[in-house]
Amino acid sequence: MSDDPIVQMTGIRKDFTGVRALDGVDFTLRPGEIHAVMGENGAGKSTLIKVLTGVHTPDAGDILLDGKPVRFHSPGAAQAAGISTVYQEVNLTDNLSVAENLFAGREPRLGPFINFRAMRRKAKALLDDIGIDLNVAAPLSSYSIAMQQLVAISRAVDIEAKVLILDEPTSSLDRDEVEVLLGVMRRLAEKGTAMVFISHFLDQVYEICDRMTVLRNGTLVGEWATADLPQNELIGHMLGREAAALEQIERAAAAHHVADEEPLVKAQGLGRKGSIAPYDLDVRRGEVVGLAGLLGSGRTETVRLIAGADRADSGSLTFDGQSARGHNPRTAAARGIAFCPENRKTEGLVGDLTVAENMILALQASRGWARSIPVARRDKLVASFIEKLDIRPANPDMPVKNLSGGNQQKVLLARWMLIQPKLLILDEPTRGIDVGAKADIQRLVAELSAEGMAVLFVSAELDEVTRLSDRIAVLRDRELVAVLESEADMTTERIVDTIVSGGRAS
Amino acid sequence: MNAYAKRLMWPVLILVALIAVNIITTGIDFIVPSVNDDRLGGAFVNILRRSAPLLLIALGMTLVIATKGIDLSVGAVYAIGAAIACQMIIDSSDQTAAGLVFSAIAIALVVTAVIGAWNGVMVAYFGIQPIVATLILMIAGRGIAQLITGGQIPKVQDASPFTELGRGAFLTVPIPIWIAALVLVALALLTRRTALGMLLESVGGNPEASRLAGIRSKGITVLVYLVCGLCAGLAGLIGAANLGSADANNGGQWIELDAILAVVIGGTALLGGRFFLLGTTIGVVIIGTLEDTIINVGLSSQWQFTAKAIVVFVVALLQSPEFRGWFLKPFKRKPAAPATAPAEEAVAK
Repeated sequence: MSDDPIVQMTGIRKDFTGVRALDGVDFTLRPGEIHAVMGENGAGKSTLIKVLTGVHTPDAGDILLDGKPVRFHSPGAAQAAGISTVYQEVNLTDNLSVAENLFAGREPRLGPFINFRAMRRKAKALLDDIGIDLNVAAPLSSYSIAMQQLVAISRAVDIEAKVLILDEPTSSLDRDEVEVLLGVMRRLAEKGTAMVFISHFLDQVYEICDRMTVLRNGTLVGEWATADLPQNELIGHMLGREAAALEQIERAAAAHHVADEEPLVKAQGLGRKGSIAPYDLDVRRGEVVGLAGLLGSGRTETVRLIAGADRADSGSLTFDGQSARGHNPRTAAARGIAFCPENRKTEGLVGDLTVAENMILALQASRGWARSIPVARRDKLVASFIEKLDIRPANPDMPVKNLSGGNQQKVLLARWMLIQPKLLILDEPTRGIDVGAKADIQRLVAELSAEGMAVLFVSAELDEVTRLSDRIAVLRDRELVAVLESEADMTTERIVDTIVSGGRAS
Repeated sequence: MNAYAKRLMWPVLILVALIAVNIITTGIDFIVPSVNDDRLGGAFVNILRRSAPLLLIALGMTLVIATKGIDLSVGAVYAIGAAIACQMIIDSSDQTAAGLVFSAIAIALVVTAVIGAWNGVMVAYFGIQPIVATLILMIAGRGIAQLITGGQIPKVQDASPFTELGRGAFLTVPIPIWIAALVLVALALLTRRTALGMLLESVGGNPEASRLAGIRSKGITVLVYLVCGLCAGLAGLIGAANLGSADANNGGQWIELDAILAVVIGGTALLGGRFFLLGTTIGVVIIGTLEDTIINVGLSSQWQFTAKAIVVFVVALLQSPEFRGWFLKPFKRKPAAPATAPAEEAVAK
């Protein structure tokens, strides 16, 4: 690890219209090391990576690669120099096969033609080597996001990158898949590949990284060896306040709802073929019901039926005492059901529209196009939610795509809070966002439920589910296997047991 | 509104440059309107008058494109609108009757609106890709127009008040300019004073997110295609009234392509989302002015298509952030903040 650095960035500065995203940041990467870049959303992590990978050109500063000054003007140039990236959002072509995605742009040839047979064989070998088993001839879209992510990583690995950048690669992977990925990373490190790892999962960072660089508000806080920086100090550096400030959100005694009160949501035998087996689920006012299960267990599918995003083909749904037949997103919103989908970017926000426009979208949709929200009222509503949710930058006219993930999630939340729903459905609201925003959102859920709103909360993080929920529905293999109610049952261990046993043991 | 001004800057500069070339070659009379017989004339006014049908169609097209769609059938709908009105008028005994002319116009507009709505239904409810859905009527539409006119070219008497729609003037301003201006203002109010514009941009920018937000995107899509059909029909009426006849084969030919061109010149992306009615208007005037410019600088009319292509090429280059960055770099003293928003989303897909 005492070798000369493979990447050395000094004094990097990058401005976007009116915003300084990076200010004099240094970053050093040595061969064979796994180096974490840590910071809250908006700290400049993504910008730093994009400068390194040629997506952005820096406004000031130098980049040395193998000791030679370089300046990449396109991601292609960076890739050609040996810097490969796997982004948080899978960056592949859905409708091509797995093999074609792995070898796109460097297909094995047979004269002027693509040798598909050789391509499939090489693809199979590559995936076997990494330890995942896929049908390489199947379209990529037939696999889960997690699998697609692993394909993206395999592709980057196979390009023989000198530097591999992993931007939130594990945010959509389940535990086993994370282990596979970390294993692959270790093997690559032994071979001398330098890796930059960006993740919000502190455990993973501590498990795999040798060093970490911490950024805050576009400036460098410092660089440490992982062993020298305990977690609480790291969080202190990231947040710029003492670790103690990361308050624990404790749900106030959850018994404020009367058990025999008519539930707000009553799903009976609600199901959809090929998506989720028929299930029964009640949600009462002021109650947070968590949904736990592994990736692909049907968490999202369960809430999508209640949200009207997908049509149920069996069972019945009663909401607020009325049958919700022929439920769709519009009628759901009219009934007072708000749904923040799992994938903010593709299903939640309209990237080109401004923060303000995205916020008022659901309210405006409920009024119809002819009854525009008066400008003064709109500005007031938007300003109040920007302040209440601490959205940064506090600029209502900025295109929402320029915001960081955590702030985007808050905009989405604001959109639904504006219609004052009776039921708020949150599908992975804290995925891929920083500690600060995560705490904000958890606190908000607790507040809203205390005010009487019912909340359906999906999360891959069991800690989060157990901390926030009054009851927890556990899913496995697209089936709701158990609802845990008692205080004693609502522990991470108990949930894992339930998933493993499929709810049969008790 | 700053971003809005930025979008309009290049089209406006191009238009100003074109006008300047014309003033240099033909004198200031090019831009200054003359008044003959109580009506405005002069080269530029004529350009505006001639551009009115294209503007109507391009405005409708702008809204369709904002929803990520496209309407290739507008030229055919133009021909249908013209054919219905002219045929109804020549079929009657008294072509000068005002009632007849009004009902001919009304029926033509209703039919073209229905055709537009049909396009919208195919796109929104049957899920047919817009380019395919409207291609059907692009081909069939001229056939329908031929059936209406029986393969003939109906010629309306010059005395019929119908021709006023293309040739007349009101308060000295030519009627086509009035109509185009009124439609521009009406659409601007319809989209920007109500929430329609924002919802359109939302549906075009992210259809699935819009659905989940509870927007009636199907209804909005149908409405937009209906407006586009109506605009095309109105354009056909003006064109026919100007000529005094309806040519089912050649009326409004290639106008869909000019309209798309005008939309793109005006800064609305074919990918949908943000749209700019004023930008489209400038795009239309650029296209119209270009035709005169070619003659005025002494090129033969055979140059028309080539010159148009060159201008479009230049506008497209100027609107490309990559090209601007490369082209303007030598002129920049300081690495000021880039004018465009970060392009990471564009790169990601």
